[in-house]
Amino acid sequence: METVTITMKNPPALYLEAEHICPDEFAGKTTAQIAELHVYEGNVTSTLGKYFEISGNAGATAEETKIVVKGDVKKVKYIGMKMSAGEIVVEGSTDLYAGAWMSGGRMQVKGDIQAFAATAMKGGELIIEGNAGNYLGAAYRGDWRGMSGGKILVKGNAGSDVGMYMTGGEMVINGDVDVHLATHAEGGKITVKGNAPGKVAGQMVEGEVIIFGTIDVMMPGFKYVDDVDLEIDGTTAKFAHYIGDTGERHKKRKGQMVYGNLYQKI
Amino acid sequence: MAEYIIKNGFVFDPVQGIKGEKADVAIKDGKIVKDVSKSAKVIDAAGKTVMAGAVEIHAHIAGPKVNLGRIYRPEDKLFTCTATKGIERTGSGNSIPSTFKTGYEYAKMGYTTCMEAAMPPMFSRHVHEEIRDTPIIDEGAFPVFGNNWFVMEYLKNNEVENTAAYIAWLLRATKGYAVKVVNPGGTEAWGWGLNCLSINDPVPYFDITPAEIVKGLIEANEYLGLPHSMHIHPNNLGNPGCYQTTLDTLNLADGYKAKNKFGREQVMHITHMQFHSYGGENWGNFESKATEIMDYVNSHKNLTMDTGNVTLDETTTMTADGPFEHHLTGLNHLKWANCDVELETAAGVVPYIYSPDIKVCAIQWSIGLELALLAKDPMRCFITTDHPNAGPFTRYPRVFKWLMSKKARDERLNTFKNADKVIAASTLGSIDREITLYELAQMTRAGPAKSLGLANICGGLKPGMDADVAVYDFNPDKPLADPEMIETAFSRAAYVFKSGVQVVTHGDIVNIGNKRTLWVDVKVNDNPQVMRDIKEKFLKYYSMTQANYESLGHHFVPNPLALEVDATQV
Repeated sequence: METVTITMKNPPALYLEAEHICPDEFAGKTTAQIAELHVYEGNVTSTLGKYFEISGNAGATAEETKIVVKGDVKKVKYIGMKMSAGEIVVEGSTDLYAGAWMSGGRMQVKGDIQAFAATAMKGGELIIEGNAGNYLGAAYRGDWRGMSGGKILVKGNAGSDVGMYMTGGEMVINGDVDVHLATHAEGGKITVKGNAPGKVAGQMVEGEVIIFGTIDVMMPGFKYVDDVDLEIDGTTAKFAHYIGDTGERHKKRKGQMVYGNLYQKI
Repeated sequence: MAEYIIKNGFVFDPVQGIKGEKADVAIKDGKIVKDVSKSAKVIDAAGKTVMAGAVEIHAHIAGPKVNLGRIYRPEDKLFTCTATKGIERTGSGNSIPSTFKTGYEYAKMGYTTCMEAAMPPMFSRHVHEEIRDTPIIDEGAFPVFGNNWFVMEYLKNNEVENTAAYIAWLLRATKGYAVKVVNPGGTEAWGWGLNCLSINDPVPYFDITPAEIVKGLIEANEYLGLPHSMHIHPNNLGNPGCYQTTLDTLNLADGYKAKNKFGREQVMHITHMQFHSYGGENWGNFESKATEIMDYVNSHKNLTMDTGNVTLDETTTMTADGPFEHHLTGLNHLKWANCDVELETAAGVVPYIYSPDIKVCAIQWSIGLELALLAKDPMRCFITTDHPNAGPFTRYPRVFKWLMSKKARDERLNTFKNADKVIAASTLGSIDREITLYELAQMTRAGPAKSLGLANICGGLKPGMDADVAVYDFNPDKPLADPEMIETAFSRAAYVFKSGVQVVTHGDIVNIGNKRTLWVDVKVNDNPQVMRDIKEKFLKYYSMTQANYESLGHHFVPNPLALEVDATQV
């Protein structure tokens, strides 16, 4: 695998929209060609090279391309958007829509990410060492198709509306989440090692949510079924098992009604 | 104004019976003329196809429900925005494009006149503000009458003359073009939680049937002698077995003859016939009844129709058939928006994905094509997608490809996920017919123009007509190597002229022309009763005053083309 390193040398005054920071775009290009890829700063179209110092080599294909992003990219949006393969490592924190619509490859952010990361993610792996913002792995505004595949790991906390309209894939949050976790979910699995304040899995019709910590107020549409033992990361513990959201329409499969499953550690 | 001569193209013009002969088309002062001076600008159309600008007879492109779709479907704009280019402004949206994008996209395909198919009268100002902001194309809008309280009260007592006087008043107040009927009686019944699924289901409270509404509106339309006929979206749209209701509806036109000075011959236009040609009792044994429908249409000259072709895209359905949209959201479980318009109509909006992997969608696709291919008179069967209901209008070139190339449509038909079942549900696979360019010009130009009463204005290339001309990079003399060439050529015209102004060059917008709003100005004798009824309804029921209702003056209709009708002597 070849590595391209881009280092912020001329930070933008406004937020920078840089969806071309992506292995699919860099693959097969020279550093000079990469520098010519366009970015938007407000309503001005500019080039990547104006803001970043670019070194190293891109691979022939996305699979063979790794991008290392250095310097302060807190004001850079859309890093890794639509990536299908390869690797991105962001050394610091980044802004909105990181890894949005990604379908493959691996993206690692060593700091924090802001909202709409992994919007409608289809595949691949997103690792956030710090905290994630709102709408992680959710559907785009108005859409009913959220994260459908792939894996997300957040080592810190995550914001509100995480996994909205999630239909597949897996998400693990080591810290706490804010309200509206897995709203409208129709599949997939979310594990929260910390606490969730409330409105957990509202309107969820299918899928799995596991909460290790507390839920301040349980949604009235969830019904307690039984206590179960679950083995997670090699440790077995007892969880209260709820099904829901009973206020919603549910599919039947093989004559059995399908519900969303919510587990809370006892 | 500039003079042009479009030289050496293969001309297809049903108005003059020109079937692909090499000819020149001359333009002067916005009109087609016989000759131009030597200083005329020459457009070289050698090896290209020349037709009149296309005429869209039924699309939802302006007004409150279109905008409701835009508002509640931000995801329709995702990755579909177009940037500023030359004189083009930015645009957005795929199935519900912004006004500017709508005008540009139609023009780039060679469409120059388009009809907004359902204008809620109370929101005519909104409709006209959007029409005004849609560049290039001439547009008219059809106010809906089929669930209107005035109409139902008059027709219950068989008061055709009063209905006609009300239509004349409303067309002027809303700057409307024709009498549109959507699910007659059914949308009003929806206000009571009901629907009218047959032509004999009584409308609650009003105690009138859809059949009486339809016949009464045909009579009022012919009493006035309007340019277009009564334009109907029949009851029971989209349900298995609905073809029987459609045949019943078509039969209501029996015995009526067109009476007008515009050359129109039909008394009823049935729109998006694809949605009304379904057999079977449920979605499991759902099948095409296109043969039965087309047998009837082919043998009744007082009818015209459009197809409503499914394009197999993700789109946004929107109709003044409120109960149908509620039914649809129950089928696909996607988000639903409803909008009631007091005293007049209602509308619903639901996104829809016509997936080629779903048997029903593939059969719907088959039916749309089957209808057009079974039409014996292309001057009475027009191509639409009922934009955006069966697909976005930007897919017309693809529909043309399927109609003009058996190879292209068989390739599609045979590769559906449930191909065997889909093929068995219609006769499409056994149809060999390929629509010719001349027939295409009939189905998209001369035919709809005649049906709309615009035969002397657009849809043809006869001297004296408006100089709406489209030139396509398509050589009919060369064997068709690949059906994709049809789609490519008709997607982006080489040159388009609108009223003598060159608006498109090599697929790019170069001028926004002189866009007009078409409406019908009917003179009727004074009718104090109807005027008093209108005043009373505004005082008693409407939430706005009559003074705030009308689309007046240059703000709403800055560049009108009013078709005048004198009904004072009937």
